[in-house]
Amino acid sequence: MLGAVAACLAAPAAAEITPTEVRFDNGAVAQSLTGVPGDPAAGAKLLSSRADANCVACHMIAAQPDVAFQGDVGPALDDVASRYSEAQLRGIVANSKLTFAGSVMPSFYKVGGHVRPGDGFTGNPAPADLGPILSAQQVEDLVAYLLTLKP
Amino acid sequence: MRLLSGGVTLAAVLLAGAASADPDPTATLIVNDQIEIATRAPAPDHLKDVFDTVQSGWLYRTEETRALQMDDFDNPAMVFVDLGLEQWDGVDGSEGKSCASCHQGIDSMKGVRASMPKVNPAGNDLWSLENFINACRTQRMGAEEWKWNSDPMKQMTAAISLQSRGMASTIRIDGAAEPYWEQGREIYYTRYGQLELSCANCHEQNAGKMIRADHLSQGQINGFPTYRLKDSGIVSIHGRFVGCIRDTRGEPFKPGSPEFRALELYVASRGMTLPIEGLSVRH
Ligand code: HEC
Ligand code: HEC
Repeated sequence: MLGAVAACLAAPAAAEITPTEVRFDNGAVAQSLTGVPGDPAAGAKLLSSRADANCVACHMIAAQPDVAFQGDVGPALDDVASRYSEAQLRGIVANSKLTFAGSVMPSFYKVGGHVRPGDGFTGNPAPADLGPILSAQQVEDLVAYLLTLKP
Repeated sequence: MRLLSGGVTLAAVLLAGAASADPDPTATLIVNDQIEIATRAPAPDHLKDVFDTVQSGWLYRTEETRALQMDDFDNPAMVFVDLGLEQWDGVDGSEGKSCASCHQGIDSMKGVRASMPKVNPAGNDLWSLENFINACRTQRMGAEEWKWNSDPMKQMTAAISLQSRGMASTIRIDGAAEPYWEQGREIYYTRYGQLELSCANCHEQNAGKMIRADHLSQGQINGFPTYRLKDSGIVSIHGRFVGCIRDTRGEPFKPGSPEFRALELYVASRGMTLPIEGLSVRH
């Protein structure tokens, strides 16, 4: 009984926007992908986790001095909240190429259109129903964290 | 290696963490105190709009890693060269022959690595060193093919590559080789995998930058095969290509595939003004 309630709570909200439904306006995405507020603490972890988002592979973040080996392929992220709105940041994380044409930054909430996609980092071909790199809520968590980054 | 994923190994972390000195673009590679090998050269004509200078991957490694390549006693790849020399003299196959039966000493292989890959004798395919080795094994020795990344194959390519140490590249990218070169260039600029990254995104646009713990080089292959400290073994050219495409969350082509042989020619041509290093050492 309790288990059933917990399962209900954990299930994606009915209003979740799938990758193909996201509406970009000049690269920005105004509407939350889940309707559930993002969790900045979870976003902070995601940003430096090697497993999924791994943003620090390319970006430096002074707010996380314990994270070793930060990359410098992209700009430092320390003051992004003073330069971009929430909608712009959501758009950049979901599909950066619609903000920065031809960017090397991967599109984290996109399905389809990849050349020889793999099954994660196994080198095997991707399954036919390959999902986006990040879930809708993970995008929201990251955006919530990025919004805390101001000088 | 898992640049953008969960699997950066402890060894990588320790090695990078222990590095006391950063890459040094002014370092000079002198092997055994006597053989100076240029690690910087003017870019080949076809690459002039991209780079002024092409640079060996050696320059991008730490002082400790660079030092291992400066003395054959310290260079762990030399163990594999010795094993390759044993293979060279070893009789195998139905004809009762070894490589030495036809080619005599391994020094007869001088310049061979510097010309690879090239159009085969029949003129209908582009062959890497591995293909030439397997053609001798199957057609002349009556022996089994070696798998592309098998130990004996890597030992043999190591021994043969050393014979071209310090030599200028003699690859051809025109004439019969041109269609392969064009195919290789196409692959070099294609954005693979779920991360949508091309070779050029990392090794042309971002050479010199840090991607996680790694200093991005120009991705040259003049130093291959290489001894990789993290793998404690030899990595072939195609083995490296597999790793790089896998790191894009992509599905790599197979080692020895027509795609990777074409890519090998194109990548070799990007560094064709750099001498062959024989056997490099990387972390
Ligand atoms: C493979 C490299 C790479 C990865 C991985 C990457 N980025 Fe980026 N990012 C870039 C580059 C390069 C730019 C600069 C835009 C451009 O010129 O393409 C950028 C720009 C940005 C910007 C705008 C910064 C500014 O100052 O204009 C934000 C915000 C951002 N990235 C966030 C992220 C987040 C969050 C992640 C992980 C979910 C991430 N990036 C992962 C390469 C990357
Ligand atoms: C996600 C970024 C990335 C992409 C995409 C990528 N590489 Fe790499 N590559 C690396 C890193 C990091 C290294 C290790 C450091 C170095 O030598 O640059 C490396 C190393 C290499 C090396 C070894 C250089 C040496 O001197 O040891 C070669 C050769 C190479 N890459 C070729 C390629 C080719 C060809 C492609 C396209 C099929 C490619 N790479 C795509 C990141 C990448």
